[in-house]
Amino acid sequence: MSEKGLLTGSFFMQGDIACAEGAIVAGCRFFAGYPITPATEIAQRMAERMPQVGGTYIQMEDELASMNAVLGASWAGVKAMTATSGPGFSLMMENLGLGIMTETPCVLVNVQRGGPSTGLPTLVGQGDMMQARWGSHGPYEIIALSPSSPQELFDLTIRAFNLSERFRTPVLVMTDAEVGHMTEKVVIPPLEEVEIVPRRRPRVPPGDGYQPYLPDEDLVPPMAVAGEGYRIHITGLTHDERGYPSTNDDSAQWPLIQRLVNKIRLYKDEIIEVEELYLEDAEVVVVSYGIAARAAMWPLELARREGIRVGMLRLITVWPFAEERIRELAQRVQAFVVPEINWGQIALEVERCAAGRAPVYLVPHPGGDIHKPEQVLAAIRRAVT
Amino acid sequence: MSELTGHMEVNSVEPGAVSPERHPMDALLREERLPHIWCSGCGIGTALTCFISALLKSGLDLDKVVVVSGIGCTGRVAGYVQLDSFHTTHGRAIPFATGLKLANPELKVVVFSGDGDLVTIGGNHFIHAARRNIDMTVICVNNFNYGMTGGQHGATTPVGSITTTTPYGNYEHPFNLPYLAVASGAVYVARWTVLHVRRLERAIGEALAKRGFSFVEVISPCPTNFGRRHKQRTGLDTLKYYHEKGVIRHGADPKSVDIELGGEIVEGKFIDIEKPTFLDCQVTAR
Ligand SMILES: Cc1ncc(C[n+]2csc(CCOP(=O)(O)OP(=O)(O)O)c2C)c(N)n1
Ligand code: SF4
Ligand SMILES: [Mg+2]
Repeated sequence: MSEKGLLTGSFFMQGDIACAEGAIVAGCRFFAGYPITPATEIAQRMAERMPQVGGTYIQMEDELASMNAVLGASWAGVKAMTATSGPGFSLMMENLGLGIMTETPCVLVNVQRGGPSTGLPTLVGQGDMMQARWGSHGPYEIIALSPSSPQELFDLTIRAFNLSERFRTPVLVMTDAEVGHMTEKVVIPPLEEVEIVPRRRPRVPPGDGYQPYLPDEDLVPPMAVAGEGYRIHITGLTHDERGYPSTNDDSAQWPLIQRLVNKIRLYKDEIIEVEELYLEDAEVVVVSYGIAARAAMWPLELARREGIRVGMLRLITVWPFAEERIRELAQRVQAFVVPEINWGQIALEVERCAAGRAPVYLVPHPGGDIHKPEQVLAAIRRAVT
Repeated sequence: MSELTGHMEVNSVEPGAVSPERHPMDALLREERLPHIWCSGCGIGTALTCFISALLKSGLDLDKVVVVSGIGCTGRVAGYVQLDSFHTTHGRAIPFATGLKLANPELKVVVFSGDGDLVTIGGNHFIHAARRNIDMTVICVNNFNYGMTGGQHGATTPVGSITTTTPYGNYEHPFNLPYLAVASGAVYVARWTVLHVRRLERAIGEALAKRGFSFVEVISPCPTNFGRRHKQRTGLDTLKYYHEKGVIRHGADPKSVDIELGGEIVEGKFIDIEKPTFLDCQVTAR
């Protein structure tokens, strides 16, 4: 461990722990959470690690409180994170919206388990992907990442912090019980080798006409925080560039929502990350993410051994959706196969982008386990017949 | 602001801050946002006036004072103060404020919100912040109902009250807020009606000076939604009612300060103790 309490080197590490360490490397110094399987290890690790790196850990009374404490900490100028699973994710939705509306950088990790309701507390699920997209009320755009391994959970947690500062918005890390509880090799590079995006700060001193929601050219406003003398007012109501409520008609709602959406949509090429495999000759494309994508690797190999030209598009960024890539592929492939541990969520998006040009075969799973190779293989075979 | 503003005495504003054109409190109000949304006769403006004058006298570095509100008529306070201020979601001002305070202990964090916000939907956060003794001042404007949404009952509505959701009279037992705060761990607890502006201002000043979870309950008229259903058509009628029913009993057993319809309203400072805060304890644990 370095003087600053940072780990560097190669470790045999659980996914949840890697997530916590990624956050620490990214500069997270505030964690508020509420215990829930399979995300608890993140909280436990943060309880141990935050004091070592000069940060704060607090176990709140529920997930509503956790989400709000994280927003408050971010407005005090500290990078902040919370981690939960389905039931807690549901409780966080209203205040995720507050984070989006007030443009508060922070990271929310969902280690997904089987649902609905209490469902399968210890077992895997991917049933919260659409909730991640639309779970809070109102029109908005969101960023969500989906790792397939502990190493990627580490890397993407750092990326999530960077994106949240770059775009001034909460970013979701949508992992799952398999990745969170899996133990594998995780390499933590020295801090100097990690790209860390700092917060965009006001360029005028207090009293010089700073407006909290006056955006830069890229639609992201520089952020002053509490206690600096800027005397900011921040509200979840529809507001103008001064941050003042404007709720008598839709005149402020239009520019605000357009900006909140466009600051992400117009830069989606910068955000969207995918992994492609055998797409050059593919006639069938498996589109998947997280642990489901990893589980689909073996049936994909089996299918290729049978002579089926199948490739994979693994969504590392799930939201914003890689719609252009799928539209392109839909022009030339025979079919898509979408294995996911839910009853069809991302498959709907693939279908939307394929727009009838290629059929989409969902390989559903209700949660509780990953797909069996033969389930995915059967779908690939069906897709080429 | 309410009809009481004229009676206020603001005698310790910095020299030079008072000019004939400017109200002494303008420095702490966002003038460009006035007029405010509150009804005439509403008590929230008086509570705000007392807060601002307490703040001006407190000697606190105003750049470090942060006001956090939830949602409701009282929740709009955050939007009018010329301070760093956050208007959060319904019930969640306290956890938001907790994050602010713990992430930057230099901040003086004040939560200013309504009864429905702080102790009904947000009741869980209230008791836990008090239990942890988070260093913050919570000012709760208790008008016994949900003013903003049209006068529904909440956790402080006295038994028998007619509200838009208790058309036959409220039959739920209400919270006694000082008792709740003390039992949960608050280190300073006081209650005043908005009639007692000097005492209210002093109590807020004491609460601001206190380290730990300090709580001031402000009993306040809502003529529009509560008063007029209880023979108090105007804010002034309610102030007269406070004059009649208010009794000052410092140090009263918080258990004994329940508010009943038509009964006495016990006011005063009920507790003022020292106890290590969350941050103190956290440092010791390390
Ligand atoms: C989650 C949620 N539920 C309900 C509401 C609607 N709502 C807005 S203010 C309010 C009650 C406010 O009452 P109180 O805190 O006593 O404030 P007052 O208006 O009386 O000052 C309610 C229920 C909301 N904004 N959010
Ligand atoms: S509705 Fe009641 S609480 Fe709200 S501003 Fe009017 S009088 Fe005040
Ligand atoms: Mg009220």
